[in-house]
Amino acid sequence: MTVVADPPAQAPVAVTPARAERRTLSAKRLWLAVAGYVVALIFILPYAEMVISALRPPNELLGRNYLPKHFDWSNFTTLWSTGFGANLGASLQIAGGSTALVLLVALPAGYYTARHRFRGRAFFLLLVLATQMFQPAALLVGIQREFTRFALPSPLLSLILVNAGFNMAFAVWILNAYFSSIPHELEQAAMVDGTTRLGAVGRITLPLAMPGIVTAIIFTFISAWNELLVGLTLTGGAPNSDVPLTVAINNYIGQYSIDWGHLFAGSVIATIPVIVLFAFIEGRVVGGLTAGSIK
Amino acid sequence: MTQQLVSTVRPRQKTRRRFQEALTPILWIGPALGLIAVIVLWPVVVLFQTSFQHISPDGFVLGSAGGKNFSNLFDEPDLNGVLIRTVIWVGAVVIVTMAISMLLAQVFNARWPGRRVARWALIAPWAASVTMTALVFRWALDANNGVINVFLHQIGLIKSFNSNAADWLGRPAYAFAWMIAVAVFVSLPFTTYALLAGLQSIPGDIYEAARVDGATPWQMYRRITLPLLRPAFLVAALINIINVFNSFPIIWEMTRGGPGHETSTTTTFLFQLKQSFIGESAAMSVINFALIVVVVLAFLRASRWREQVS
Repeated sequence: MTVVADPPAQAPVAVTPARAERRTLSAKRLWLAVAGYVVALIFILPYAEMVISALRPPNELLGRNYLPKHFDWSNFTTLWSTGFGANLGASLQIAGGSTALVLLVALPAGYYTARHRFRGRAFFLLLVLATQMFQPAALLVGIQREFTRFALPSPLLSLILVNAGFNMAFAVWILNAYFSSIPHELEQAAMVDGTTRLGAVGRITLPLAMPGIVTAIIFTFISAWNELLVGLTLTGGAPNSDVPLTVAINNYIGQYSIDWGHLFAGSVIATIPVIVLFAFIEGRVVGGLTAGSIK
Repeated sequence: MTQQLVSTVRPRQKTRRRFQEALTPILWIGPALGLIAVIVLWPVVVLFQTSFQHISPDGFVLGSAGGKNFSNLFDEPDLNGVLIRTVIWVGAVVIVTMAISMLLAQVFNARWPGRRVARWALIAPWAASVTMTALVFRWALDANNGVINVFLHQIGLIKSFNSNAADWLGRPAYAFAWMIAVAVFVSLPFTTYALLAGLQSIPGDIYEAARVDGATPWQMYRRITLPLLRPAFLVAALINIINVFNSFPIIWEMTRGGPGHETSTTTTFLFQLKQSFIGESAAMSVINFALIVVVVLAFLRASRWREQVS
C-alpha cells in the first residue's frame, strides 16, 4: 500500500535529514492516531450506552449518572417473558430465508454473466443495478397491496421475498466480480483432467470465490435482520412468532411509557452479533455496493 | 427460385439456434429476473394503479379516483412543510456527511499504530440496525436523565433537567437538527469507506513524482487527490442521497414525525398517510418514486458499471 505519510526509503548516507524527517513524521502520525482513536470512540459510544442502559438495574434506570452503581442482568433474563424469543426466531427465519433465496438466484446469475457474453447481458446487469437503488420505502404502498392480494400463509414468507428481492443486486454484482476474476482456464484444466463442468465449478471456482460468497451472505443477512419498514407494514396483527426483532423493539415504545430496559437488552442481543459479523466483510462491501465503481 | 428455397430453410435453422441461444441465459438469470419482476417491478405498477384508485382505509377498492388522490395530497396543509424539510434533510445530511468523511478518509488512509482496530469501530453504525441506533439517541436526549443532557448539565449548558431547554425532541427545530446529526452519524461509515477505497486506488507514484517536482502537500491534495477522487466522491454521494431520502427509522423512532407532522419528511409522511388514506399515500409515493428515478439515472451515469460488465 502506498501512503503519503510514509517516510521515503533513504540511503543511509543522508543521516541527519532523514532522522529529522522521521521525527516530524512520527509527530504527525501521533496526531493522526489520536484523531483516529477519538473518532473510533465517538462511533462506539452510542453502542456502549446501549449496553450500559441494558445493564442498569430497574431502580437505577432513571439515574443521572454515566454508569449505574452496580450492573444487573435482570433485563436479559426477564426479556424472554415478553415474547422476545419468538421475535428472535422470526428474525432468524427471515434473515436466513432471504439469504438462502438470494444465494439461490444470485449464484447462477453472477456466474453466468461472468462467464458468458449473451444478448441482453448488459441490460440485465443494468436492471439489477437499478433495483439496488430502489428501496422498499418509496414502493411501500405497492408492496403492501401486492402482498395483501397474494395472501401468503405467513408474513415470514412475504418478508423473506421482499428482503431477498431488494438485496439480490448486491450479491449479483459482487459474485459477478469474483467469478470474473477467476480465470476460466482453471475450470477448463480441471475438466481436461476428467471432472464434469459442475464438478469443476464446485471444486475450483466456488472455493476461490468464497470471499465474495461469504460477503454476499453476511451482507444480505444483516440487511434483512435490520429491516424495519416493510416488517412494520406487513406484520400488522400477526402473532409474535411472525414479528421480527426490529418491529418488536419498536413496539416496546408504548403510547405513554417506554420499556427502556427490555428495549436495550433486546437491542444488545440484536446488534452486537451483527457488528462482529460485519467486521469480517468490512473491506469488501464497498465494491459490491458501488457495482465495482470503487473497489 | 433457389434463392427463395435457401432463404426459407436457413432462417428456420437460424431461429432454432437463436431460440436455444436465448434460452440458456434465461435458465441462469431467469430466477433473478423473476425475483426482480415480482418484488421490485410489480409493486411499481400496483403503486401507480393505487394512486388513481379510491380505496377505503381497510384496503377495499371503491372505484376510480381520477386525479383526486393527487389533488387531496396537494391540498394537505402539512405538505409544503414536509417537502421543504425533505430538501433540508437530504441536503444537510449529505453535505455534512461528505465533508466529514473527506476528513475521516484522510485520517484512516494514513498509517498509524492501531489503525485496524479503529477502523472496526468505524463500522459499528453501518452494521447495527438504524432503528436501535436511533433509539439510543432518543434515550440519550431524554429531558429527565438522558446522558447527553447529563453531560450538557455538567458543563453548564443545560441549567436544569426536565426544562424546555433539555427537551430536545419536543421542539421541532431542535429535534430535526438532532435527527440530521444521527443520520450523518449512520451515513459516515459507508461514505468514508467509499472514499477510502477511492484514495487507495490512486497510484502512489503520482505523489512520488509530484514530490520530486517539489509540490507541497496542499498542492498535491488539490491537484492530485481531489481530481482523482472525484468518481468515488460522486458515487458515494449519490448512494448517500438515495439512502437518506428513503430513510425511515431515524425520524420514526425519535419523533414519529411529530409533533403533528412538524419533523416529517416525505418518507415518514407517506407512511402515516397510508394508515388512513391509501390512495393519497400512493400519490405521495409516486412523487417520491419519480424523484428517486432522477437520482438513479444520475447514479447510473456516474458509476462506471460498464467497466465491470465488459
